[in-house]
Amino acid sequence: MPTDDQKERRQAGQQGKALLILFFACCLALFAIDFVVKRPAHMVWEEWPGFYALFGFVGCVLIVLMARYLLRPLVKREEDYYD
Amino acid sequence: MIEVMPPAAIFIIGALLIPLVPGRLKSVYILALPVIGMWNLLNLPLGSHYPVAFHGYDLLIMEVDRLSRVFAIVFHLIAFIGMLYILNFKNNLEYVTALCYAGCALGVVFAGDLLTLFFFWEGLTVTSMFLILARQTSSATAAALRYSLVHAAGGLLLLAGIVMHHHATGSLAFGHLGLGSLGTILIFLGFGVNCAWPLLHGWLVDAYPEASIGGTVFLAAFTTKTAVYVLARAFAGEPSLIWIGTIMAIFPLFFAIIENDLRRVLAYCLINQIGFMVVGIGIGTELAINGIVAQAFAHILYKGLLFMAIGAVLYRTGTAKATELGGLAKSMPWTCFFYLMGAAAIAAPLFAGFVSKSLVLSAAAHEQLWLVWFALLLAAVGVFISAGLKVPFFAFFGNDGGHRVKEAPLNMLLAMGGAAFLCLFIGVFPHYLYDLLPYDVAYQPYTYNHVMGQLQLLFFAGLAFSLLLLSGVYPAEVRAINLDFDWTYRMASRLLYRGLDLSLNGINSLINRLVAVEFTARLSTFFQDGPARFVLALSRPICLLRQMDAKQLARSEEKVLRTYRLGNFSVACTAIFSVGFLVLLFFL
Repeated sequence: MPTDDQKERRQAGQQGKALLILFFACCLALFAIDFVVKRPAHMVWEEWPGFYALFGFVGCVLIVLMARYLLRPLVKREEDYYD
Repeated sequence: MIEVMPPAAIFIIGALLIPLVPGRLKSVYILALPVIGMWNLLNLPLGSHYPVAFHGYDLLIMEVDRLSRVFAIVFHLIAFIGMLYILNFKNNLEYVTALCYAGCALGVVFAGDLLTLFFFWEGLTVTSMFLILARQTSSATAAALRYSLVHAAGGLLLLAGIVMHHHATGSLAFGHLGLGSLGTILIFLGFGVNCAWPLLHGWLVDAYPEASIGGTVFLAAFTTKTAVYVLARAFAGEPSLIWIGTIMAIFPLFFAIIENDLRRVLAYCLINQIGFMVVGIGIGTELAINGIVAQAFAHILYKGLLFMAIGAVLYRTGTAKATELGGLAKSMPWTCFFYLMGAAAIAAPLFAGFVSKSLVLSAAAHEQLWLVWFALLLAAVGVFISAGLKVPFFAFFGNDGGHRVKEAPLNMLLAMGGAAFLCLFIGVFPHYLYDLLPYDVAYQPYTYNHVMGQLQLLFFAGLAFSLLLLSGVYPAEVRAINLDFDWTYRMASRLLYRGLDLSLNGINSLINRLVAVEFTARLSTFFQDGPARFVLALSRPICLLRQMDAKQLARSEEKVLRTYRLGNFSVACTAIFSVGFLVLLFFL
């Protein structure tokens, strides 16, 4: 017999999953719309379909990977390093 | 009847009277001060007020123009919100220093000459230091000390610059200076310390997360923004600022990703946002200056909101570390909601950050600074994933940190709600903000390209963030610290300490050994039996001539030494020595 807490957690998990699917769908829609509506833009690359989407995605991945694999090994120390 | 009061005077004099106000009236009083200040400010006519002749210098306490006025307006807003936020702490020291700090910032903003500016500039350092000390932990005390030393150095740079500038030009007027001489370069660097330029930024990420809960909200609003203001007034269009700002916008992003202390994550994001403003000042066109002012206005509100929400988490749970938090959305739903409003205000359409940041980006595009434009776009992505996604994820969602706490106190919620409302209001009705800007703008932030581009950028950054989290690539939060530039002076001071310890204490102990121990001992032996040994040395040949054996020799030596020690010389000996002494004196 699952406790209330477990039930709640499962429910929250299901809600989370639903939200995530909704979020992915929004992303897909935002990406697809670029191929339907042409953007009047100042710069050449702004007119490429999916430019901003790709920039956001790649930018995020780059920042996270560089922070994790380049910066952290350099600067990470024990919490009492200065004491 | 005084027509206009200097806003700084209202805040500072008003603040000093706070301890005298009794009981419940105090809460009303400290909230009334920013309101009275705002009323006074809105009635301030543009132009110069309070010219003062001081020891032959012409000072101008207040120079009101559109640039200074808009900064003053947002300073009043955040002062009110901040005072509301700290109302429940019932701490006179915090009330007084927070309002004095705001007053000093207003003093800087309206200063018409460099001496008045310097006076209030130093006031900022002193008052803000107390906001860090108000946390009353040993690490906060240490951070406050480092903070004050860095700012004292910055203040000295500024003072040296002002003196040299005055010597060269004979003018103390505070207007556009440009980088023409050593004096103005020093002023530039002095401003740079408070603006947290790369390598000069260590104090910010060191001290802000150590300050008191309410103190951080004030700190985030005033020091760096007054620095942005003075740079915009004195060094607009200075090309080096473009690159300084670009570096500022990029490098903190990486630190923000791996930092565990959530208030420190926000401090890194703060540097990143100041970077946007510094780029705008470097571009220096009317559009760019409007952009940085709008950005400063919006940033003070939404960064204040973010710090308030995490401050409320710290207040309730006692920690702001990602490793110890999580799942607070349930127990602190309103705080979570307001935080998310603040996160949206960083960049999302319909919020303040969107209508201000796009001005700076457009200014960069107009000047065809493509590299800068791309860097700023990347910076916008980075700050969104750190302050907008990482912090709320680890604080309010994610793994349950096990804290079952109450919602934040009502005054804190009202303060956050006020800031959130302003962020939304500015985003929906940007012309109210645009009307306040120094130059007339005809700028439309809500074009299809802008809105759609921004939405795609944010959604796909969010998509990447969630995929990285789900796949486990996103770095797990760990209990650790990350070294930053403050390492250099923290280590340098330790090295200095150790160096001084070794050199000065070394010299000390050497001198002690030579003088106090060895020299005095020898001196004492010398005076004890020096003359006796001298006599023994003289009489040795005689003893040898008399062919004394070793035993006899030792006995006679012993006798002479004992005689000297006890001082019981025979009369004959005394007579011989006296005569010898007189003969010596005669010849000398």
